[in-house]
Amino acid sequence: MSNDIVLKTEHLSIQFGGLRAVDDVNLEIRRGELYGLIGPNGAGKTTFFNLITGVYKPTSGRIFHDGREITGKTPIEINRGGIARTFQNIRLFNNLTVIENVMVGLANQIPCNVAQSIFRLPRHKKSEREFYNKALELLEIFQLAEYKDYLAANLPYGKQRKLEIARAMATSPTLLLLDEPAAGMNPSETQELMDDIAFIREKFDITILLIEHDMRLVGGICEKLTVLNFGTELAKGQTAEVLANPAVIKAYLGD
Amino acid sequence: MSKIIAFFKKPFFRRYLNYLVIVCVILIFAVASLSGVKGLAKASTLSLLERIGIAMVLALSLSMVVGFLGELSLGHAGFMCAGAYVGGKIASALTTSMQVGESNLAVLLIALLAGGVVAAVFGFIIGLPALRLRGDYLAIVTLAFGEIVRTIVMNLPSKWFGGTLGMETPRFNRNYLFIIIFVMVLACLAVTQNLMRSKHGRAIVAIKDNEIAARAMGVDITKYKLFVFVISSFFAGVAGVLYSYSNYTVQSANFDYNYSIEILVMVVLGGMGSINGSMIAAALITFLNVKLQTTLTGDMAVMKDLIYALILILIVIYKNAPGLKNFREKYNMNTLAAWVKRRFGKKAAPVAAEQGVTGDEQ
Amino acid sequence: MNFIVAIVNGLSLGGTYAMIAIGYTMVYGIAKMLNFAHGDVIMVGGYAMYITLLLMDLPIVAILFAVLFCMILGICIERFAYRPLRGASPLAVLITAIGVSYLLQSLSQIIFGSAPKMLMKLQISGFVAMGELRIAYSTILTLALTVVVMVALTLFVKYSRTGRAMIAVSEDRDAARLMGVNTNAIIAVTFAIGSALAAVAGYCMLMKSPSLANTLGAMPGIKAFTAAVIGGIGSIPGAMLGGILLGIIESVSLGIPAIAPFTDAIEFSILIVILLVKPAGLLGKARREKV
Repeated sequence: MSNDIVLKTEHLSIQFGGLRAVDDVNLEIRRGELYGLIGPNGAGKTTFFNLITGVYKPTSGRIFHDGREITGKTPIEINRGGIARTFQNIRLFNNLTVIENVMVGLANQIPCNVAQSIFRLPRHKKSEREFYNKALELLEIFQLAEYKDYLAANLPYGKQRKLEIARAMATSPTLLLLDEPAAGMNPSETQELMDDIAFIREKFDITILLIEHDMRLVGGICEKLTVLNFGTELAKGQTAEVLANPAVIKAYLGD
Repeated sequence: MSKIIAFFKKPFFRRYLNYLVIVCVILIFAVASLSGVKGLAKASTLSLLERIGIAMVLALSLSMVVGFLGELSLGHAGFMCAGAYVGGKIASALTTSMQVGESNLAVLLIALLAGGVVAAVFGFIIGLPALRLRGDYLAIVTLAFGEIVRTIVMNLPSKWFGGTLGMETPRFNRNYLFIIIFVMVLACLAVTQNLMRSKHGRAIVAIKDNEIAARAMGVDITKYKLFVFVISSFFAGVAGVLYSYSNYTVQSANFDYNYSIEILVMVVLGGMGSINGSMIAAALITFLNVKLQTTLTGDMAVMKDLIYALILILIVIYKNAPGLKNFREKYNMNTLAAWVKRRFGKKAAPVAAEQGVTGDEQ
Repeated sequence: MNFIVAIVNGLSLGGTYAMIAIGYTMVYGIAKMLNFAHGDVIMVGGYAMYITLLLMDLPIVAILFAVLFCMILGICIERFAYRPLRGASPLAVLITAIGVSYLLQSLSQIIFGSAPKMLMKLQISGFVAMGELRIAYSTILTLALTVVVMVALTLFVKYSRTGRAMIAVSEDRDAARLMGVNTNAIIAVTFAIGSALAAVAGYCMLMKSPSLANTLGAMPGIKAFTAAVIGGIGSIPGAMLGGILLGIIESVSLGIPAIAPFTDAIEFSILIVILLVKPAGLLGKARREKV
């Protein structure tokens, strides 16, 4: 398998009872791509994310990340392997401050064991400084530095979505999965977010897989798309081609 | 003057203020006790101090599980019971076999370690279901564990652990037992506080806030949950050994479900997840317990439980009810402090301004 | 022979547990909370019977009054302690429930004192003898009551409008509300039914041993909750199965002198083992958390 393929799924399927929520999906994302996964509500997009990140185990099919098989691994192993994600319904750590949220994401980057922390050894102090500085750096990139000491729960909605992305980036992934990052945002916030995504992609040299159910939105920034409908692939390919596909238009607009 | 006040407001000082307060209080009583000033260090006062210290260790250790990890444990007295019996047994055995005095410090330390380790092993075993079970189920498992430990110890042959009558433990010198207890309080405080102010503490709170997100961020849920259970039960075991020393006897009937609830009340009253709050609440409730014991007799003794019940219900509803959000924002500790300042601060204001107090506030 | 008696006694004890366990399980299924105070409702029912018997000599009136009183109590507990916390964290709700349990116990002791009350008028002594086999009337009556209650409850949940609304609320509270189900009312009804069953279970306990104290419901409450969890919490057949199983285990264990003192420990250990092997209980469905 070419090392250039960051994420690849082969015949990926999952069945809940009688429902095949994801059915034989084959996806190939190359390094550096900004790939869109679109489809109407209930098409299985989030379930697909949950399969890749190990929240659900697939009924059949395989998943490869950077050429290594990750099928059946736990969410923790998958994150440590370099896949980070955000959630459709925001899942921040509400009792931690903004900067602490990012520091949780950084935890595996900087070593410091429990004993070192309990006895406040030099290693602990050094690592805490590093955590703080790195987290602050990330917050600055996402224009959240001024909110660093807010409790995450008290951030405005749009900023919470940004913080989720910042927290995911803190785990230094090679592949970032964004689950409807613009949901609930107004047009100007959405535009700002899209600019941010383009920016971090350049800055961190990262591959991004993005879920959106609003086609116009992804049309602007994704190079390639896969359209899911009732768990199956309806179409895939270059964005312009896919969006012009009559089957896709039909799935979205009804008859 | 303002420089001094500024020093006291530094985060560094604030971080260690709680240690300082405890050390000062203990120094005063230690000097009084060891120099024989009986006015300040009456036997009843020293015994109260012992009980407060033990309660603080219990509340701190339970707050790690309930306040920080967000899991409800109703078996904290069970861990304590295990520690008390094992520590007490080892202490008695060592005292007789080594033919040392009953106030031997080495024996006490060995007992503390043994009691703590045995309780920690139980904590590990109880932590295992915690990995798989949702909160309510875990609560009932911990409750069941507490009852199991108590029932077994009570019904084992009486030559092992004294059966229902309980077990005698060494009679440690009362004049300085409380100092040792408070050294353990400081140790427990240091571990709790240092742990919570580290990446591990953040991970633990992250697990409480959103386990799914924590998992997705690569937080090792298994490790942290087990670790919190182990360290929390270790200190519960230590508290058990201290309890056995403080009472000269261990009786399994004392470590029942109600005792676990009493520790829970301390953690809830302390503000669930506040380290200093837990300790203050532990001191307050122990103090009230001892005072009410003498004033409320017979059936009225249960008034205490009624008060605990009301504390639990009212505090939890006040702090958590979604419908009381506006009420909380209007009436809380900060607004109360502001009100006190407005109401009583006027007269004192000019003096305070001279001393630079109000200046720093703004 | 002894073994058969132990099994029959176990069935009857299990029936009592099952009636209490149903209260836990229904509330859990519908309000998604562990009503820790449920066991203490039994005790309050006992005192309601005690008061009625002081005024008149009619056990049946006492029982009916206790059922009614417990229903009102259940509704009040839900309304004032639990409803304000709907939508709050499960930990908060659980701690409040523990507080309510404590409140009921301490209030009863303040009002009635700690000395046990003897409700001799409720006691049913005597037994049926079949050869060497002796089975107490109270055991038979408990079994009969259990069967009647179970059948009635199953029919109610299956065929009545309210019962079906209960199932709807337990499946998906928001969807049920959107379909026009008054969820608050349904939750209140659930508490009322659970509490009524608790009162009946209390009667079953008192007719065997008529001593009433403020801790009457504490241990049976915990045991019944254990039964509900073993059976699979949220499932009514599970509560019945768990109750009967636990009753038989307890009765058999108490009959063997060597292990009798450890009976509680054995029951709780079984709970822990079952939860480790089958976290959702014997008949429970594992719920998938939505991500």
